[in-house]
Amino acid sequence: MVVNSVHWFRKCLRLHDNPALQEALNGADAVRCVYILDPFFAGAANVGINRWRFLLEALEDLDSSLKKLNSRLFVVRGQPTDVFPRLFKEWNVTRLTFEYDPEPYGKERDGAIIKLAQEFGVETIVRNSHTLYNLDRIIEMNNNSPPLTFKRFQTIVSRLELPRRPLPPITQQQMDKCHTKIEDNHDQLYSIPSLEELGFRTDGLPLAVWHGGESQALDRLGKHLDKKVWVTSLEHSRVKTCSLYASPTGLSPYLRFGCLSCRVLYYNLRELYMKVRKRCTPPLSLFGQLLWREFFYTAATNNPNFDRMDGNPICVQIPWDQNPEALAKWAEGRTGFPWIDAIMTQLRQEGWIHHLARHAVACFLTRGDLWISWESGMKVFEELLLDADWSVNAGSWMWLSCSAFFQQFFHCYCPVGFGRRTDPTGDYIRHYIPILKDYPNRYIYEPWNAPESLQKAANCVVGVDYPKPMINHAESSRLNIERMKQVYQQLSHYRGLSLLASVPTIQEEAEPPMTDESQTSSGPDSPQRVPANTEEDVCYEAPDSSTVCPSSTSAPHPDQEYQAPCISSVILIGNKEKRP
Amino acid sequence: LKQTILLNVNPPVCLNYHNSAKKSGTKFERIIATQDWGNLPHHVVLQIFQHLSLVDRARASSVCRCWNDVFHTPDLWRKFEFELNQPATSYLRSTHPDLIQQIIKKHAQHLQYVSFKVDSCTESAEAACDILSQLVNCTIKTLGLISTARPSFMDVSQAHFVSALTVVFVNSKSLSSIRIDDTPVDDPSLKVLVANNSDTLKLLKMSSCPHVSPAGILCVADQCHGLRELALNYHLLSDELLLALSSEKHVHLEHLRIDVVSENPGQTHFHTIKRSSWEALIRHSPKVNIVMYFYLYEEEFEPFFCEETPVTHLYFGRAVSKMMLGRIGLNCPRLVELVVCANGIEPLDEELIRIAERCKSLTAIGLGECEVTCSGFVEFVKMCGGRLTQLSIMEEVLIPDSSYNIEQIHSEVSKHLGRMWFPDMMPTW
Repeated sequence: MVVNSVHWFRKCLRLHDNPALQEALNGADAVRCVYILDPFFAGAANVGINRWRFLLEALEDLDSSLKKLNSRLFVVRGQPTDVFPRLFKEWNVTRLTFEYDPEPYGKERDGAIIKLAQEFGVETIVRNSHTLYNLDRIIEMNNNSPPLTFKRFQTIVSRLELPRRPLPPITQQQMDKCHTKIEDNHDQLYSIPSLEELGFRTDGLPLAVWHGGESQALDRLGKHLDKKVWVTSLEHSRVKTCSLYASPTGLSPYLRFGCLSCRVLYYNLRELYMKVRKRCTPPLSLFGQLLWREFFYTAATNNPNFDRMDGNPICVQIPWDQNPEALAKWAEGRTGFPWIDAIMTQLRQEGWIHHLARHAVACFLTRGDLWISWESGMKVFEELLLDADWSVNAGSWMWLSCSAFFQQFFHCYCPVGFGRRTDPTGDYIRHYIPILKDYPNRYIYEPWNAPESLQKAANCVVGVDYPKPMINHAESSRLNIERMKQVYQQLSHYRGLSLLASVPTIQEEAEPPMTDESQTSSGPDSPQRVPANTEEDVCYEAPDSSTVCPSSTSAPHPDQEYQAPCISSVILIGNKEKRP
Repeated sequence: LKQTILLNVNPPVCLNYHNSAKKSGTKFERIIATQDWGNLPHHVVLQIFQHLSLVDRARASSVCRCWNDVFHTPDLWRKFEFELNQPATSYLRSTHPDLIQQIIKKHAQHLQYVSFKVDSCTESAEAACDILSQLVNCTIKTLGLISTARPSFMDVSQAHFVSALTVVFVNSKSLSSIRIDDTPVDDPSLKVLVANNSDTLKLLKMSSCPHVSPAGILCVADQCHGLRELALNYHLLSDELLLALSSEKHVHLEHLRIDVVSENPGQTHFHTIKRSSWEALIRHSPKVNIVMYFYLYEEEFEPFFCEETPVTHLYFGRAVSKMMLGRIGLNCPRLVELVVCANGIEPLDEELIRIAERCKSLTAIGLGECEVTCSGFVEFVKMCGGRLTQLSIMEEVLIPDSSYNIEQIHSEVSKHLGRMWFPDMMPTW
């Protein structure tokens, strides 16, 4: 039987560690790699120019790598449900492969495509490679609910076997066996669109700071590991001012788009640590970034309402204010607080900001100052931030706004003080808000307090050349702490005086996770176990697929109004404080 | 019981039946009649209604006249929270205007525990004032004016607000608890409050009410001898006030909350309270909780904590200096909870250890943007031991040293606390 494969790239824009692509090649007579996008919706989607550019560069890189293997990338314009029937017929497709997408929207979309493929007699093979672990396994080990504290998550992960080892890149040999004839009109039909085609104006567009693509990613990985200073800073990461700027070894956007495999990063970190430290087990903190990503993916995978407050069982219902004018000032870096404005400027110009910068602006928008919903902030980040994927972005915003995950809300980042402590030189401000460059360090974080003569001398008068501060921070933070306290005291039924005790605590840390039978089986580096469903991989055979896509059915769908979230799925222990 | 409540009951077929059953008198007919939902005894329906949310109750009330009567039973209207929101400014729903009218018409005299929750829109606050103005003939015991976002009561004309508030002050005559933080209440309105409710007033929360003067609040303390809980801003606090609250005629004070807020750096001068005034207060009310929330710039702290201050709960909403934390260790022996939003980049080891030594009642501590060495922190926890029921510190605050690294910290601290403990974390994505 002739096997004609189509591999569908969505995330996982790489040729290394791509098990689904390997499946496409496995015993195939012809393979075509497709990416589907709809230029018509490009403008409407909440995706900014930097993200599009990064994606297009990643696609160019894939195309160029495939060229070296005598193939090409097929960029097909349209929607998957329309495109696939056409392709299935035109190319006599017998096998469809793609990487498992754990996000709720992804699962739904893929469920429909799998059904569609079945109707066409196309075998579908899905493999997990976007996350380190099988997320359903983590959920299962936590009494069938996703861990809601990072510590709990780490505890469970520490009891799992190591993530599956990454696969090598596909080879010339493999591709030769499934050679695809590239038509002469390939570039007319399947080329990668330009930014202009997507409706963006590019005249005057500054050069990208972050270039998309697998080649870039692997290059950066090398540098990332070379950075020996980094290894010694494993113990304690202090923010040095240089880290506020885009780093040539930063990897987060590449992980988001899948240009870099998270498992490749994981194993490289692990091996480096073990070589340098001559110790057997690296601490979990080594994989900090990766595990946060994994944590949010796990929390989101069964929650289609993860990205909103209303109807989201894990999100505290907070009476945020609606104020489009204030939101616009924040989004456009016109708050009058140089620290906030510089960060939002960097974000808009470059597409990446340091995690402490994210904390600062998120706090300012939500619980710190403006009291605007985290959903609004999340949408702005979605548009501008290169590494903002659905789960991580929503999860981080909930975390930073103290809307979920049992966070203490007392520590509020001051838009003046925090900036000053992070970068006492003020150079970051001067770089991104050049109009303030002649302000001395004493006033650069609070230019409105500078005497008029100084403002004039610096050629930047507050209220004229640079906005006045849009709120009074002391006043706002005072009000907001009271608001948060009101909300939380209602939630936890706490009537005492302690501010800290207002936040309910969660039992999950105190109890050990449910024991898992597979713990008794193989150790960390044992060979792959065989059967379906307990494996990370899922196999779909057309036409009578009876194996179910993991967790698509078991989503606990909230269909009622949630006034007091968390209580149903989580055991709250009473507040520990004794009455004074 | 909540979950199983009937909600989709057929409309008034029972109505006729009920009436006919009433007319006939025989026992037999009455037995048949009582099998009808509409003929459940009043008190049974009342009990059920008490478990329903307002929305469900309102729906049930339109089923039949009997249920409608029960809906309007005075007992169901003792407590009410008016939610006033505009769709443009809030995600929350609003109490239906028709319901508001019904309440004013039928239940003003039943209301005893009333609160108003308003969003950031001036209209919402004005609507609250309008309702207040109509609550004549009421016997309200508890009144709360709560802004869920920006303080919109401050945008209402002062005259309008004050006249609405005084309607309630004058008419209730038995107000025991009042929350009017962030409102334009003034001295004359407080006089009216005192003139009518001095015997019953137990709780008064009025933080950030800029139109009140120290004399205004002193009047309250002088006359309302049953006052147990008071919340105000520091500029209203005076030696006279503390002495008035400690007079023989006055009950024991339970809770004093003081907000210390500065408008602009260096522009507000903070007076000091005499040590003797504090001592008088503590002598009179030895168990009083004194809660202080500070929102000051670092250089404005000078007047505070120079002498022994009997504060029990201390919150610093902005950066507070190392020196100030040192003073607190020296002069706050009654301290129960300390929350520090931010400090600086020098380790606070010494200050924490002094606090552990001298604040023997400390049970809760929260540290935001600070620095503490791991050894210092462990020492602190060791000294406090299991009395720390709340320990919140960000992981990035802890500086690893030769004795402990981050991984070891959690087990050391857990050991000394006698329970599992982890530092707070922030996503590093």
